[in-house]
Amino acid sequence: MSEQTRNGEHEHHIVSPGIYVVILCALLVGTAATVGVSYVDLGIWNPIIALAIATTKAMLVVLFFMHVKYSTRLTKLTVAAGIFLFLVLISMTMADYISRAWGRW
Amino acid sequence: MSDSTATANRAVAEVHHEHPPYQRHHFESVDQQFDATNFAMWLFLLTEVMFFGGLFAAYLIMRNWYYPAFVAASHQLQIFWGTANTVVLIASSFTMAMGVWCAEMRRKSGLVLCLSLTLLLGFAFLGIKGIEWHEKWEKHHIPGPHFSVQSFLNPASDVEVHKQYPDDKPLAPDMAQKTEEYFFLYFAMTGMHALHMVIGVGILIFMIFRARAGAYTTGHVTFVENFGLYWHFVDIIWIYLFALLYLISRHS
Repeated sequence: MSEQTRNGEHEHHIVSPGIYVVILCALLVGTAATVGVSYVDLGIWNPIIALAIATTKAMLVVLFFMHVKYSTRLTKLTVAAGIFLFLVLISMTMADYISRAWGRW
Repeated sequence: MSDSTATANRAVAEVHHEHPPYQRHHFESVDQQFDATNFAMWLFLLTEVMFFGGLFAAYLIMRNWYYPAFVAASHQLQIFWGTANTVVLIASSFTMAMGVWCAEMRRKSGLVLCLSLTLLLGFAFLGIKGIEWHEKWEKHHIPGPHFSVQSFLNPASDVEVHKQYPDDKPLAPDMAQKTEEYFFLYFAMTGMHALHMVIGVGILIFMIFRARAGAYTTGHVTFVENFGLYWHFVDIIWIYLFALLYLISRHS
């Protein structure tokens, strides 16, 4: 348990509507940006920028709508572990495919 | 009654301190109960990340293998509907977050309103998804015995899409077949996502009835809070689906 909860100091934080409105606007701007960028030919950068914007939007949702920014360390660690495990899943799978049959299908 | 039982009963009575009715006996405090259920909800969401992660990994590999087919097939999706659904879902995430806030502030009518709006937007999302799927049905782009590669062997035959993507070249027959892989993953991913939406809509209806009875506005917000986590998670999955299925192949 984190120190916050042990001392009973971890007040259940209530996120104010103002922050929700700001995040909503940021998400809508992000959506407009990712759609706009998709109409410009940037070659290899198209998928990279699209994924970067999507990840930024996802981080905003996780941190504010899902209150992780105001959560206990246990919750933060759990979320981080989830992201880490997902990256392990992707990179190990890709390592396997690339090292065996890439370009020979 | 034996002495030991009496002693035990007295001990129980002593540790049985005052606490709100929604606090389970095995938790020391409401905060501890909240943290424990919050942790459990996140663990569930991690299993969901792994579940959708498998689909995303499959998409990543297949897209690299059958790149021309995946590009041509994704041109069949309409960015307009995808964008509309993204906006709808982001708005529903906002109303859900506001619902959690209303529950925290013990505003019953506000909570019912927010949950109802979230429900409405959830239905709007599923309706738009239905329009898109119906178009795939009409064009024989649903994987299976009726699947047709006509749009990919002869792009000019698909007038609407050809107008938007005049540079699309006809695919060789063996590559054109691979567009079925794209649509298989498209339906698997958007279908699984929609299933989560349907489950969420069902729970929302249940919650609206409970909220009207005042269940979540007496200080016990765990259910609303954890459902909010689920709903936002489904939103995040869509944010990635939108980028990967609709947007990244526009210029390729």
